[in-house]
Order: sequence, then structure tokens, then C-alpha cells
Amino acid sequence: MFERIFHLLVKEFLELKRDKSARFRLLIPPIIQMVLFGYAATFEVFNVATVVLDQDQTQESRALVADFVHSSRFKLVAVAKDRRQVQDAVESSTAQLGIVVPPGFAELLRKGQSAPLQVLVDGTNSNTALIALGYAGQISGNFGQGYAQDLAQRTGRALGHPLVSVNLQERYWYNPNLNSRWFFVPGVVGTLTLITIVNLTAFAIVREREVGTLEQILVTPIRPIEFIIGKTLPFFLIGLLEVSIVAAVGMIWFQVPFKGNPLVLLLGTCLFLISVLAIGLLISTLCKTQQQAFASNFFVLNPMFILSGFSFPISSMPAVLQWFTYIDPLRYFLVIIRSTYLKGVGLDILWPQMTALAILGMGLYTLAVLRFHKSLD
Amino acid sequence: MEAPVAAAIQVSGLEKRFGAVVAVAGLSFAVAPGEIFGLVGPDGAGKTTTMRMLASVMRPDVGSIVIDGIDVLASPEQAKQHISYMPQRFGLYDDLTVEENIRFYADLFEVPRTVWQSRAAAMLDAADMTPFRKRLAGQLSGGMKQKLGLTCSLVHTPRVLLLDEPTTGVDPLSRREFWQILYSLRSEGVAMLISTAYLDEAERCDRVAMLHDGAMMYCDTPAKLKEQMPGVMLEVVTDDPRRAHDVVLGLSGVRGALLVGNGIHVHVDRRDCCAQIAVALQAEGIAATDIDAVEPTIEDLFVALLEQKKTGASK
Ligand SMILES: Nc1ncnc2c1ncn2[C@@H]1O[C@H](COP(=O)(O)OP(=O)(O)O)[C@@H](O)[C@H]1O
Ligand SMILES: [Mg+2]
Repeated sequence: MFERIFHLLVKEFLELKRDKSARFRLLIPPIIQMVLFGYAATFEVFNVATVVLDQDQTQESRALVADFVHSSRFKLVAVAKDRRQVQDAVESSTAQLGIVVPPGFAELLRKGQSAPLQVLVDGTNSNTALIALGYAGQISGNFGQGYAQDLAQRTGRALGHPLVSVNLQERYWYNPNLNSRWFFVPGVVGTLTLITIVNLTAFAIVREREVGTLEQILVTPIRPIEFIIGKTLPFFLIGLLEVSIVAAVGMIWFQVPFKGNPLVLLLGTCLFLISVLAIGLLISTLCKTQQQAFASNFFVLNPMFILSGFSFPISSMPAVLQWFTYIDPLRYFLVIIRSTYLKGVGLDILWPQMTALAILGMGLYTLAVLRFHKSLD
Repeated sequence: MEAPVAAAIQVSGLEKRFGAVVAVAGLSFAVAPGEIFGLVGPDGAGKTTTMRMLASVMRPDVGSIVIDGIDVLASPEQAKQHISYMPQRFGLYDDLTVEENIRFYADLFEVPRTVWQSRAAAMLDAADMTPFRKRLAGQLSGGMKQKLGLTCSLVHTPRVLLLDEPTTGVDPLSRREFWQILYSLRSEGVAMLISTAYLDEAERCDRVAMLHDGAMMYCDTPAKLKEQMPGVMLEVVTDDPRRAHDVVLGLSGVRGALLVGNGIHVHVDRRDCCAQIAVALQAEGIAATDIDAVEPTIEDLFVALLEQKKTGASK
């Protein structure tokens, strides 16, 4: 069994070696996409839904709130009466950002002391939220600076520290600079891997079916499962290589730090690749020609991308769609790759995602093998 | 001719449907070791489907297949060790060289290196392909591709060889070489099932089965089959084959007519019906550039036999 799989592997790599355009297809587009994505990822964000609670009710506090409301970045959707209402608004996704001016805010300012401003953010991995948070810091920083200058003119006293400090309730203790590129680059690695490997796998098998080599090979004593393993293993290896290369580009070009344990990411990548290969294999069992495969890939990959939480927070999706995200391997892999990259967390935190990927991978692969048997007739 | 006793291939009651289409309808036959058995019939007769089921890449709905004493349906993996199948479509890897393709198939059949190397060398030599060992399969001519396919099919010394239209679109020289290889395999006792669209090729077989709509119409030696079709085949070259077809069918001594590429084939009792046809066509104002006797094609024979069967049944 292993010998036949090995012979199949040798054949795959021989074919790949001959196919100059394949080598190009494998390497260049992902790198280009990585770079493009990396640059495009610094979105501008406007009209972030914001809820405000002013517990101080002073001239200063109103001035600060007005600064927020008049900025094009934020849009006031509700004025809360207590903390509960702010929390509810953010949790229910009515607002993405909550701003609380605590009592005594103005008093501290007048004394020249640092006054806290509390900010609540929709607690998801949302790029928008992170950027919004950045703007919130900017606006309150500017407000504090202006106030300090006024104060200095009136009292002749210069302050060595910023006047308004933004206190995060929902803490993003990773990515402290709110660098959206850092947030995006790991996600791009996962997404590009998904697209490339599903395409390669589906095309490689459909091609053998279309060209007629599948029929010829199946009359040898090779078992369908050996064929499948021999056919997907190369793409598993290519997938690992691709993740490494794209990740390296992300780290070197965009200088996104890697904080976690590479082995944890490796494990997650392996589990992820099993699901990805299975999806490619499944598509290949449903298609007779490469053209059909192309169309199917499009229809499968797009929803996977959208449901993964790559750019739209899962928590703001309708409940039905949220259920679908549970069968999207990219959803789990994005958590794994972002967390290992940015937070440096390990298996103690990521085991639910790892388990989900493992189960999903096994299930999809089994389904694909069964379908493959059927599709031979 | 009697069905052989210790058959290498024994098929009985084979049936396969695709939805409403009955591709193979209750086929039974046997092929002896060292026998070349031809399957002929028009497109869609069920030749490829039969081959696929024998090669166990497709499961029949009903029926049994025994190859070299092994029940193919019960133990396909075991049977595959003894079978070789060349699909109608070239199934080798274009991006691998001649040698790499051979080696790949030898490896999959777990043939020891020394064995397949000497075997492949001899076969490439016999097929005049030794100079092309390093050439990519995709760059070979049609004839060479088929010879390479045959070589790959034979690296594991199968007892049963299934060839689906192996010489369609192959030049005459390569075809002759191809058949030389088949004859030498016959002397080694290999049983061969070969489907073909050429009558001259069917004539080289030991026995021929004519398939129609998945069922067997005739099964006999080529000589006996040709005897079934008395008379002569004339080819009429004309620009208006449809009208010519209708005109000749009304003439006496004409058994049947068939539209072909550049005119019609007319099945007549005697050679001298020529003149009669020429006159009749001229009377209708149909220009016939040439009328001459030709070798009947497989299609002519097929149509003649089908016609005969119908009239025989109605009698
Ligand atoms: N995979 C398939 N799916 C549906 N119909 C098929 C399939 N393979 C063959 N057929 C049908 O079965 C019949 C026999 O086809 P085939 O065995 O290829 O004939 P031949 O090889 O003699 O030309 C045809 O009507 C064909 O359309
Ligand atoms: Mg056919």
C-alpha cells in the first residue's frame, strides 16, 4: 500500500516538475495577493455605530461627546441612561462602540489630572472595531491636548502627561497599536491557502478524470483510497510550503510579529489542510470537467470566505448564517493563526478550534472518499 | 465454433443500465486462452461499457464475470492482477516520458525492476520505439501512443487483455506492428478481447461478436460472418446521396443501401448491377462521378446482418 502511494507521489512531483506553469501558478499569485491584501487591508472606516453615556454632564464632557459625534468616523445611534444600556447596545450589535464618560471627568481635568474615558468595543475580531478604536484614541487625545493648552494659557502650568486616557473595557491586549495590517496578514495566509489548495486538488483529480488517466490507473491493483492519498498528499506538502512562504512574506515584508509557538501553528495548519484537501476532493467528485470544477470552486470558496469571519464579524451575522460558520474550517483556522501570531497563545486556549478542525477534517475526508467511490461508475 | 472449455473470460447475463438507457443487455460469451475475440458494433452498441465492467472499473447491474477462474465482482483487486485494459481514450500521462510511464505502471503492479526492464526493452524494440524512450508521451504520434499504451498494459504479463478500439486513428504501419504484438501474445496463451470499428481488423480475430443495442446479434468466426452477407458492395460517389439512396433502393437486385461520407454504399446481388444503377441515377438527373465495388465496411456488414435478421424474423 505505502509503496504504491509512494510511486504515485513520485509521479505527481515528476509531472509538477515538468509543468513549468504550475510552479509559477503555485508561487507567484499567492505572494502577489499577499502583498496586495496587506496594503489594501489598511481600510478607512467611517460611521461606526456608537452609543454614548455621559455620566458627568459637564461642559467638558459634552464638548468631548460633541467631538465624537461631529467626526465623520462615528455615528451616534443611541444615548444611554446607564452602563447596562451601553453594554446591551454593544452586545446586541446595535452599536459597535460604546463611550462612557464617568462622573468626575471634568473635575479631574480641571485639576490637570488624567481623566479616564471608558470605551467598549464589540468584542469580536473585527477589523473595523480595531480601527474605530484607533480613531477614538485620536479624538480623545486631541481633545485632551486642546484642553491642556487652554489650561496652560490660563494657569501658566505645562502638563507633562496626556489629559484624557482611554480605558478599554473589552481589551485588545494583542495588537496594541491597532495595526489593522497585523490583524489582516495572518488571515490572508489562511485564506490564500484555502483557495490555492482547494483549486489545485480539485483540478488535479478532475483533470485525471477528464483526460482519461483515471480510468487507466484504476485498472491497476491500486485501491481508490491509495489513489486519493497519493493524489492529495502532494498538495498537503505544497500547502505546508505555501503557508510558510506566504507567512514569511507577511512577516518580512509587513513586519507582522510572530509571538506564538510555530509548532502549534503547524498542527493547526495540518488539521486545516485535511479539511481543505477534502473539500477539493469533494468538488472533484461532483465535476466531470475542469470548467465545472472552476465554477464549483467559486461557489464553494466564496461563502467559506465570507462566513469565516475574515472581514465580517461572525457575531453580527444572522443566527442561521452563524450556524453555517461552524462547518467552515477557515473560521477555526483564522482563530488559530491570528491567536498564534498576535497573542502567542498555545494549545491550552486553542484546543476547541483544533478539535473542531480535526473532527471537520475527518468527516469531510470520509465523505469525500465515499463520494469518490460512487463517482467512478 | 464451440465455446472453449477452460475459458479465460467467462461472461454470463451481463447487464448495465444508465437511467433509461440499456447499455448492455444480457450479454454472455466466453474467450479461451490464446484466443483473440472481437467485439464489433456501431457507436453506442455497448462495447466500451462491456470492457469497463470486465476491467472492474464499473459494476454491472446483473450478471457474472469470471476471469482466469476469479470472480471479478467478488474479488476485483485479485482479478486486476491478471487483467490489462487499454481504454478507448489514451490514458497515460502526457507529462511523463515513455520510460517513466512504463515504470509507473510496472511499479503499481509491483513488477520487480529487472523483470519489467527487460520486458519493456523487448517490447519497445518490437514496436520500433526504442529511440523514443526519453520522449514525453504527449509528444508521440497517435500510433506510438497506442503502442506505448499496449506496452504499459503488458508490463505485468496479464493473462487477459482488454483493448477498446486500440487502432482507431492509427496509421497502417503502426497498426500492423500492433497486431504483430497481439499475435505473439496469442502464442503465449493470452486471451484478448478487442473492440474495433474496422472490418479488416475484425477479420484478424479468431471469433467476432456483433453487438447491437447492448445485445449480441451474431457470434462466429469472421469467415462465417462474411458468409452471412452474400453479394457485393458497391460505392457510389455522388453529391446528392440522399436522393440517390432512395432511387437505388427501388431497383431489383439491390439488397440495401447506406449513406457514407462521400456518397452511398449499395449492397447488391451481383457486380454487374453497376450499369443498372448508373442508368437509374442518370434518369433521375443525379450525377454519379464513380461507381465501383469496394470491400464492405463493418457498418455495411452490420446493416446487412441487421436487415437479414429483420426479414428472417418476419418470415
Ligand atoms: N457513463 C455513462 N453514463 C450514461 N450513459 C452511458 C455511459 N456510458 C455509456 N453510456 C451509454 O451507454 C450506451 C453504450 O455506450 P458504449 O458502451 O460507450 O458504446 P460503444 O463503446 O459501443 O460505442 C450508449 O447509449 C451510451 O450513451
Ligand atoms: Mg466505445
